Amino acid sequence: MYGGGYIFDEPNRKQLREEEQHDEPEKLAAFEERIAKGEKIEPGDWMPAEYRRQLIRLIEQHAHSEIIGALPEGTWITRAPGFKRKLALIAKVQDEIGHGQLLYNAAETLGKSREAMINDLLSGKSKYSNVFNYPAETWADVAVIGFLIDAAAIVNQVANAKGSYGPYCRALERICYEESFHLKQGHDVFIELATGTPAQREMLQDALNRWWQPIMHFFGPPDKVSSHSEKLMQWKVKMASNDDMRNQFLDTYVPKIWDLGLTLPDPALRKNEATGRWEYTDPDWDEFFRVINGGGPCNAERLQVRKWAEEHGRWVRKALMRPAERKTFPVA
Amino acid sequence: MSNESLDPRVNRLKLGEAGEIVKVEEGENWNIYEVFHQEKRGAHHEHVGCVHAPDPQLALVFAKEQFGRRKKCVNLWVVKSSDILAFDVEDEDMFANNLEKTYRDASGFKVMEKINKFKQSK
Ligand SMILES: [Fe+2]
Ligand SMILES: [Fe+2]
Repeated sequence: MYGGGYIFDEPNRKQLREEEQHDEPEKLAAFEERIAKGEKIEPGDWMPAEYRRQLIRLIEQHAHSEIIGALPEGTWITRAPGFKRKLALIAKVQDEIGHGQLLYNAAETLGKSREAMINDLLSGKSKYSNVFNYPAETWADVAVIGFLIDAAAIVNQVANAKGSYGPYCRALERICYEESFHLKQGHDVFIELATGTPAQREMLQDALNRWWQPIMHFFGPPDKVSSHSEKLMQWKVKMASNDDMRNQFLDTYVPKIWDLGLTLPDPALRKNEATGRWEYTDPDWDEFFRVINGGGPCNAERLQVRKWAEEHGRWVRKALMRPAERKTFPVA
Repeated sequence: MSNESLDPRVNRLKLGEAGEIVKVEEGENWNIYEVFHQEKRGAHHEHVGCVHAPDPQLALVFAKEQFGRRKKCVNLWVVKSSDILAFDVEDEDMFANNLEKTYRDASGFKVMEKINKFKQSK
């Protein structure tokens, strides 16, 4: 699901490293012209080293987010209220794992192996979407995740699907098709609680209150401080600014929440009709950086579960392995 | 771990220490197979993506799970990625070097003009 603000820029990271700007000028010009014309870049094409590096980082973090994102919701599979809800949640969680695999494959076309990506996740070198470092405490959390986190992810993924790298766009096309089911089933759970008993409404309101800040964090730091470069926009790696995506999300979903008589824990949240932009209290960005760097309530558990799965699945992978086979990379 | 997880299944795993290093070896995720999907009988198989698998049989199993679980599907092919031979993308221009190709098209042959001319001359 989760193409969101998981594209985390380490503070002070230089956007374009000096040594990587020495791509051959003619090839670079031809490359940029193709992108400007709306053409897609394919794995065998010439591309600037920095384009490759940024794409690997983007797609890899997106993949990790899908895999880790399945954990908070997966918690509720055994406790889903009713058979249909359980089936739908299993199907959604399976989709998310599938998204992870589609995305790992897309990143592999750029030359980084899936094993290397998994190792970078396990060692903490590679990040994933910050929202999944929070626990899903009640069934209403599943409603908020399925409806609003998936909605936020869709805003980002629909934008990225128009990017310049062919394999990523194709993976996103398939992903977006499945996301529409995630959103719909999440909305259905959300509405059931919102139109239910006072206890159900109270549970949903409590979940909204707890998730609002992580949701506001989802698209990443505000444009005024985030260091997204012009180059990444020009190369169609980054398709929309953090604030523009956040605004688009608020514009579509806040009215749907208010319409049900639910509230959001920010008294300053309102649409400025003159500018068309939403105004809000800045979420606590120190908290965002604290959590993304390992200090959140679930960071340790998420990684430990992944490590457990890798370790305990190893004997199966090894038993099936054919040592004589040489590893190759996907073609498209 | 100090904190109990909300998930009883996670607590049952008795997870190790947070700092512990787990490393996946290169090649441990097997090989890569390209997957081709046939939507209905009589249609072409179309490339849809790839899967990691140790052999073609399991590649088919994973392909069914990954690409056949929702949309209509009647058959799948898998081919090892390294067995696919393709033109170099840099050679793309070789497909565009012949400007005059009407001799290949139905539209390149006009008989009515000749027939009408023949009839008028009678
Ligand atoms: Fe997803
Ligand atoms: Fe999703």
